[in-house]
Amino acid sequence: MTSFGRPLTRNEDPRLLRGEALFVDDVELPGLLHAAFLRSPHAHARLLAIDTAAARARPGVVAVVTAADLGEYWQPGPLLVPPPPVPGMEFHQRCQVPLVRDKARHVGEPVAMVLAESRYLAEDAVADILVDWESLPAVGDLEAALAADAPLVHDDLTSNVAARVHQARGDYAAAARAAHLVLKRRFTYDRGASIPMETRGIVADWDRRADRLTVWDTTQAPVVIRNGLAAMLGLSERQVRVVAPNIGGGFGPKMMMFYPEEVLVPWAALRLGRPVKWIEDRLEHFFATTHERSQIHDAEIALDAQGKILGVRDVFLHDTGAYDPYGLTVPLNSQCTLLGCYVVPAYDSAFTAVFTNRTLVTPYRGAGRQHGVFVMERLLDLAARALGIDRAEIRRRNFIPADAFPFDQGVIYQDFSRLSYDSGDYEPILDKALAAIGYDDFLARVQPTARAEGRALGIGLVCYVEGTGIGPYEGARVQVQGSGKVSLATGIGSQGQGHATAFAQVVAEQIGVDIRDVEVVTGDTDQFQWGVGTFASRGAVVAGSAAHEAAKVVRAKILRTAAAHFECAEADLVLADGAVTVAGTDRRIALGALAGLANPMRGAVTPGTEPGLEATRYFGPASGATASGVHAMILEIDRATLRPTILDYVVVHDCGTVINPLILAGQIHGGVAQGIGNAFFEKLAWDSEGQLLNASLADYLIPTALDVPRMRLEHTVTPSPLNPLGVKGAGEAGAIPVGALFAQAIEDALGLPARDIEIREMPLSPSRLWEITEGG
Amino acid sequence: MKPAAFDWHAPTLLAEALALKAGHGEAARFLAGGQSLVPAMNFRVAQPAVLIDLNRVAVLDHLGFEEDGTLAIGALCRYRRLERDAEVARRLPLLAEALAEVAHPQIRTRGTLGGNLCHADPASEMPAVMLALEARLVLRRAGGIRQVAAAEFFLGPLATALAEDEMLAEIRIPPLPPGSGTAFLEVARRRGDYAMMGVAVVLRRGPDGRCDLARIALCSAGPTPMAAPRAAAALLGQALEPAAFAAAAALAVQEIAPMGSVQASPAYQRHLAGVLLPRALARAAERAA
Amino acid sequence: MKITLRVNGTDHVREVEPRLLLSDFLRHEIGLTGTHVGCEHGVCGACTILWDGEPARACLAFAVQAEGHEIRTVESLSPGPGRLDALQQAFQDSHALQCGYCTPGILMTLTAFLAENPHPDEAAVREALSGNLCRCTGYQHIVDAVLRVAAA
Ligand SMILES: Cc1cc2nc3c(=O)[nH]c(=O)nc-3n(C[C@H](O)[C@@H](O)[C@@H](O)COP(=O)(O)OP(=O)(O)OC[C@H]3O[C@@H](n4cnc5c(N)ncnc54)[C@H](O)[C@@H]3O)c2cc1C
Ligand code: FES
Ligand code: FES
Repeated sequence: MTSFGRPLTRNEDPRLLRGEALFVDDVELPGLLHAAFLRSPHAHARLLAIDTAAARARPGVVAVVTAADLGEYWQPGPLLVPPPPVPGMEFHQRCQVPLVRDKARHVGEPVAMVLAESRYLAEDAVADILVDWESLPAVGDLEAALAADAPLVHDDLTSNVAARVHQARGDYAAAARAAHLVLKRRFTYDRGASIPMETRGIVADWDRRADRLTVWDTTQAPVVIRNGLAAMLGLSERQVRVVAPNIGGGFGPKMMMFYPEEVLVPWAALRLGRPVKWIEDRLEHFFATTHERSQIHDAEIALDAQGKILGVRDVFLHDTGAYDPYGLTVPLNSQCTLLGCYVVPAYDSAFTAVFTNRTLVTPYRGAGRQHGVFVMERLLDLAARALGIDRAEIRRRNFIPADAFPFDQGVIYQDFSRLSYDSGDYEPILDKALAAIGYDDFLARVQPTARAEGRALGIGLVCYVEGTGIGPYEGARVQVQGSGKVSLATGIGSQGQGHATAFAQVVAEQIGVDIRDVEVVTGDTDQFQWGVGTFASRGAVVAGSAAHEAAKVVRAKILRTAAAHFECAEADLVLADGAVTVAGTDRRIALGALAGLANPMRGAVTPGTEPGLEATRYFGPASGATASGVHAMILEIDRATLRPTILDYVVVHDCGTVINPLILAGQIHGGVAQGIGNAFFEKLAWDSEGQLLNASLADYLIPTALDVPRMRLEHTVTPSPLNPLGVKGAGEAGAIPVGALFAQAIEDALGLPARDIEIREMPLSPSRLWEITEGG
Repeated sequence: MKPAAFDWHAPTLLAEALALKAGHGEAARFLAGGQSLVPAMNFRVAQPAVLIDLNRVAVLDHLGFEEDGTLAIGALCRYRRLERDAEVARRLPLLAEALAEVAHPQIRTRGTLGGNLCHADPASEMPAVMLALEARLVLRRAGGIRQVAAAEFFLGPLATALAEDEMLAEIRIPPLPPGSGTAFLEVARRRGDYAMMGVAVVLRRGPDGRCDLARIALCSAGPTPMAAPRAAAALLGQALEPAAFAAAAALAVQEIAPMGSVQASPAYQRHLAGVLLPRALARAAERAA
Repeated sequence: MKITLRVNGTDHVREVEPRLLLSDFLRHEIGLTGTHVGCEHGVCGACTILWDGEPARACLAFAVQAEGHEIRTVESLSPGPGRLDALQQAFQDSHALQCGYCTPGILMTLTAFLAENPHPDEAAVREALSGNLCRCTGYQHIVDAVLRVAAA
């Protein structure tokens, strides 16, 4: 029986459930030293002097490291993602440094590293370090940061502009002139954090005798870390093993590299000849792990009288934080995703990325797509209102028609290829969502009845696309072992997306074994040498396809070897249940035995024979696969307190062929929960000095089981033509449209359109909503 | 986030605990459930040199009604024990109703009412409830004992009337006047969070059907738990009806001084007080005999 | 100082500083790394253990305080090597975990909850879960897992 496409339970669960699974902080080694960091208390300050004598003298302290102690090793981190090949763009690369040398550019930037016999002692010693700071005025507000007299985050630049990118196609000015309606609005999206339940951490162990460095790291990209560390430390790649064991959630920021701690901890292990562990605590996490989301959009839409989009213009500011090692991935995603499911004949979009005295911004689930969706969907809501067209209808009128795929959007995407949607069919998704949520009935009956009872019920409906599964490549090695079990190794890390199961299903499908007999190894550079990482919803698409390709080759090898063994034609063989059988006979050989035959210990083989039932294959899609969907929600809001309750939530999603519906549902549920957090609970709050005011889980609120509703999921399938499995990514879909959905549903519930009040910002809160609606 | 070092003492006798405090003074802190103190120590915003752990002082862990109906709660009585006590729920429903809003069961397993009051967070529910219930607090020092009214205990954010060598030993809650109804309502961002605004009310309908007793207390409404005596006084002699509730709420909103937080602006907090009070008063009136 | 802690029915004798958190004792002194740490300020619930049968945060107690008490961690749930108890099995069957980092704390919270309320409805389950944060699952499959056990 085929396992592909079935809701199979996960291979990785039993160990996690028994508390036996290895996470980075579970690594214990003899002689382990513990690192703690002194971090800048200022958002912007010059480092005048640092005195570590008392810290060094504290019993149990082995070393205190400052920028000066690093010598040549002190280098700004590498640029991870180069800027896109957009003509005329401007980009200033300023990467994070391992330890502050001259000035601190955000609160929490590391200044010194203490190594001690315990974390407790290390923290004691951090408190012993004395620093003379000259505090400088900080920039946080994006517009203020661009003022002529703004303090400079990077003194060698003439302004805080990190980048400017302008992309346009069609003639927006002409579109606006010809339009029946032009709407212009400002939209803002504020900062949030990804808050995986496991913070970051790293353990490094230099084995002097084996001449090898082993690093356990909470990274989504172990191979890239290994290559980078080897280069920085002057080791060969062979000498470095990076293991990303179980990762307690990543959501993007664990894809950032190199974090200063990632550079320093292995260095210290080498220097001191003792293993070193650093586990980020939750307080550090709020400052030291990257954030996302501040943008300000001034956007304009031009439509004809029927609500057909003629053009969109958007000028936006993007907060990149103090450094920009991740290039322009986030604002490019915003720029491209804004186009959504729609035909936009003229598009003119320009953004300015801005340095601020805040923690770095790198992709977090959605990675800028939220912003684009928020702007476009809000513009359509407002346009629908102005034109007297139903919300669903205006979207339908602008959908890219089903026969228009592949559809070229004519702008450059985050993978530097032209943004082109591979496949899709949007109307059936919308229809399913409308039916599932009971849209017509809600507007005709439910809402008026509730209103008559004094209850404020509203409905929201938002469409989105998600560019997923981008390149460059991933690889996979599939091998049948002597035991008959099959191993699969890939280079990506896993943060809980169920790769061990989904990939096993892909392999089991080809090799005819039970998925429990497929052992998947991800995130260990000794097991697989090449790879890029888990980001951009690409694991299933890219590594899954590589696994599929490798498994196909192994299948062919199995059949070839068995045909030779049985001296029959391959066509007569049946591969199933872990064995090969000659059809219609009882002649059968188990895969394990066959693997033995494929690896002869004596005698000669035909020249060119590769031993074993093993194959390695790589897969690199030409461009990303575009998933799409509609979220619909009914919520009730207490008019007086402005606390909302979600009464119904429907997701209709097209992510191509589904490998495992159970895992897919989990991905969507989790994404929606994060989207709800982002829309209504989570907002990093700063004071004017650049101090973060809510750096704890008691003050930065992530949704609980009572804040996330039961979700109902439905699917449509338009397979991607760009990969052999037909899959599209699904990792971020849940999170992307939720902000726009909240805005729309709340406006609807409170009857804000009738009061000429618009929600044009995210995240909201009851307090903020009260200010918007009542507070003037 | 590891606590700084401290000397740990775990006396079993009350006198020992008091003597330790007398000896160490400000350098020492009592440790009850640890649900406020330990997080503060983990963040290193609290770094006591000495911890006097009360968890083994058995005499502090008591709970019971006395003959005159006063509820005596030992300073070490856990939230969990309080909330599970059927007699408490019957006789002091306000306490039970508000307890359910405090944190989560996992916190209430170890957290104590005594520790919570000594922590004196103005956003905390229980201090306001103590005002509404006119609780009296028994403070002990080596060789001394005094009682203060809850209203005199709270001096400011995280500040109480406890002297350097004093301990809160017992919380004494007098019986509710017969026939009174109570209610607690709050608005928090999430379940178990500190309230953005919370109100505790006690009401009684006199023989003439009009209000003859009213108490109003609020949390997250100022630097301490706040009483609203003018609003309460305005209810006296009034019919327990929406108009009177609204009028009282309008007064209460003037009496409080919300400080605002990351979650709520002072204006919104004030607005919430105006929303919650009439709701709570109506509920209490319904419950009043 | 020298302490003896009874964890999962076994006594463990260790020399510790008074400031050692119970969560660190469990994880790093006696190697029970199933108990996770996500915040060290009592909010996330990843470190939830049973303290004399009641759910409590291991990050908000000092190890020295646990002397004389019965501590239970996630490692005690499995009925035998390689096996899962009914709740753990329901978690697997319902896909109630993704990264699994929050899972041990949630299992301990729910173990106590189900002992007291064997047949809760969805609202009660969500209420019981509200003191544990999960960033991956959106909770729905966790709720399903509990309801599955409650129905059995
Ligand atoms: C996740 C979480 C959520 C929470 N949510 C809420 C909430 O919604 N509402 C709310 O009100 N609280 C909340 N709390 C706080 C909680 O209620 C604590 O305030 C409470 O448990 C404190 O009691 P404790 O016994 O734990 O005190 P401890 O933490 O032990 O002590 C608190 C303070 O009181 C002092 N102290 C303790 N006992 C005495 C004594 N007998 N005499 C003199 N001083 C003493 C201590 O030295 C310390 O300064 C929450 C806590 C957590 C961790
Ligand atoms: S680690 Fe204890 S509650 Fe988060
Ligand atoms: S499964 Fe990852 S935090 Fe819950």
